[in-house]
Amino acid sequence: MSWELLRLHAPALLIAVPLVASFAMPILGRTKLSRGIIALGAMALTSCIAIFLSYTVYTSGVLLYVFGAESPALSIPPDSGGIPIRIIFTIDALSAFMTLIVAIVGFSVFLYSMSSDQRHTGLEGYYTLFLMMIAGILGMVNTGDLFNFFVFLEISSLAGAGLVAFRIEKGKAVEGALKFAVLSTMGALLLLFAVGIFYWQYDALNIAAIASRMQFSLLDQIALVMLVAALAMKCGSVPLHFWTPDAYSMAPSSVTAMLVVSSQASLYGLFRVIFTLYGIKLDWVTVGWIVIALGMLSMFVGVTMAIPQKDVKRLMAYHAISQTGYMLLGVGVGIAVLGDPASLQSYGMAAIDGGLFHIFNHAMYKGLLFLTAGAIIYVTGTRDMNAMGGLGHRMKYTMIFFMIGALAIAGIPPFNGFASKLVIYESVYRFSPVLAIIAMLVSILTLASFVKVFHSVFMGPELPEYDTGREVPLPMLLGMGLLAGIVIVIGIFPAPFIDHLVAPAAQALVNQAGYISAVAGGG
Amino acid sequence: MQLSRIVRTAADILYPFILIFGLYIVIHGHLTPGGGFQGGAVIATGSVLLLVAFRYSELTGDLRKGWMKIFESGGLLLFIGTALAALLVGGVFFFNWLANTGSLFGIPVAFGPNPGEIYTAGVIPVMNLAVGIEVWGGLSLIVMYMMGDLEEGGERS
Repeated sequence: MSWELLRLHAPALLIAVPLVASFAMPILGRTKLSRGIIALGAMALTSCIAIFLSYTVYTSGVLLYVFGAESPALSIPPDSGGIPIRIIFTIDALSAFMTLIVAIVGFSVFLYSMSSDQRHTGLEGYYTLFLMMIAGILGMVNTGDLFNFFVFLEISSLAGAGLVAFRIEKGKAVEGALKFAVLSTMGALLLLFAVGIFYWQYDALNIAAIASRMQFSLLDQIALVMLVAALAMKCGSVPLHFWTPDAYSMAPSSVTAMLVVSSQASLYGLFRVIFTLYGIKLDWVTVGWIVIALGMLSMFVGVTMAIPQKDVKRLMAYHAISQTGYMLLGVGVGIAVLGDPASLQSYGMAAIDGGLFHIFNHAMYKGLLFLTAGAIIYVTGTRDMNAMGGLGHRMKYTMIFFMIGALAIAGIPPFNGFASKLVIYESVYRFSPVLAIIAMLVSILTLASFVKVFHSVFMGPELPEYDTGREVPLPMLLGMGLLAGIVIVIGIFPAPFIDHLVAPAAQALVNQAGYISAVAGGG
Repeated sequence: MQLSRIVRTAADILYPFILIFGLYIVIHGHLTPGGGFQGGAVIATGSVLLLVAFRYSELTGDLRKGWMKIFESGGLLLFIGTALAALLVGGVFFFNWLANTGSLFGIPVAFGPNPGEIYTAGVIPVMNLAVGIEVWGGLSLIVMYMMGDLEEGGERS
């Protein structure tokens, strides 16, 4: 395959590579070696394509890929009457930003999973679903077609549900998976209903085509409510968060780290719908305050629910809800001033920057924390924090990685959580000081909660039942180390990262006209 | 427990007919109502019929789980392979590279009302076939796993 062909078809290969590996896995993945080679190789290849694709998009602008057409950029065929009829991948800077997250976390998680999951049977099915989930997430963040978004949402949700149930755990994991599957399907059906409303009104499924004809009629408002409800549930924001702790705590840890990214792809969908599909036409003050309210609730309820937890992964799951609140708060402030150019320029864009930056940082440090939790469970065999203690004597590296993750999530410099939270605090303070103060308070509670975890898991004398415990195998350490390295590097040098990766993504999110013209001009 | 001789013989006789009918739906997917999924489901009902009339342990050959897994994966690989082959002939992923080429499934469609020619539509019948094989394997496997537990006292294979 020549270099030119690769460059041209990178968006298709991005989902084709994990899918081919996933389909071949049940046949070729019978032995441990072949399974490892296929899974890790496919994920490494996908990550390389994803990074290459992101680089292309950041340097040369929006990339179109029209499936099944004569040429990749032919978005509107001459005989279609001006409507983009085919499935189109519209990859702008925001999609590239999300793709980059999937690439980094996906690779670390697969590396980690090469050791952590090998004690179990049925692993060819496990990697089949895992690769399918990766393809689903990549499809969600890159597609420019609303119905296609629904399809990829279903792929990632159902594969995720299968993975949550992978370790049956006397039926508890199956219960969490069933809850996840039923709620995801309900959310996806709401989304499908909204897609139906758009199709009836505008004869189109393409996001850009619908956006360019958007009337904001009563039906569109109903569709907006359904889309926001469905996607807010999928991203685990508070009134609709109840599936998150069960699913996150029962899944194998490598899967949990990927479920976080899957939730963030739903968050991407929420922002894409609000900004690109509706844009300035919606009632931005109301919608903005709704998103802010969801964010504040998630933040506060998440952290207060986290403090009394005894199960280490359940505690982290509640923190994941709480951190999602920061992203909703940051971007919500951006939505609330969307129609006011002066405020948008002075602090709105900064708030959106902060929210998006936090998505990236959260994926890194939360992924890292879930992986360290998996390492602790791998060694001790329990998730109950009261039964742990003194693990710092035996698991030095895991302890260091845990400290890095915990300080990052609590927003302590010089880790990446501090950088994004500072951007959010500063911009939100200019919008409404009370919101910023609550956000800081939540950060303090987060720190308190993680100090408790750190103390009960790693500190204290060595317990006799774990004195044979050893450090986890090298692939697990490498997976955690990769994420920890990124947490530190971004924490120390946030400025170039914001300027070159986050700010273009935020610009792409707000620039609705650019998104529409990229598709409409492709004929 | 064993079902009566009448049921077992009837299932034996019906099986090839169900298979032919399912394959008919699959291969005419681009002309008549139905297609890969529907036809595959019909074929899978044939496997289920045999599974109900006999025991899983009595089934042989391509009706075992191992073969069904290969059908499932093979169907999916054929599907995505057809889509990827478009890249090699210079098209886009999922480009219909067989249509109107005059080769297999490549006869151009006649204009206006016509009875329907089966060798048209390019890669669409190929993908229908792929989906049909995949659904046959997948649905049969689901039933086999569920009934396998029932019959063999919870043993998993």
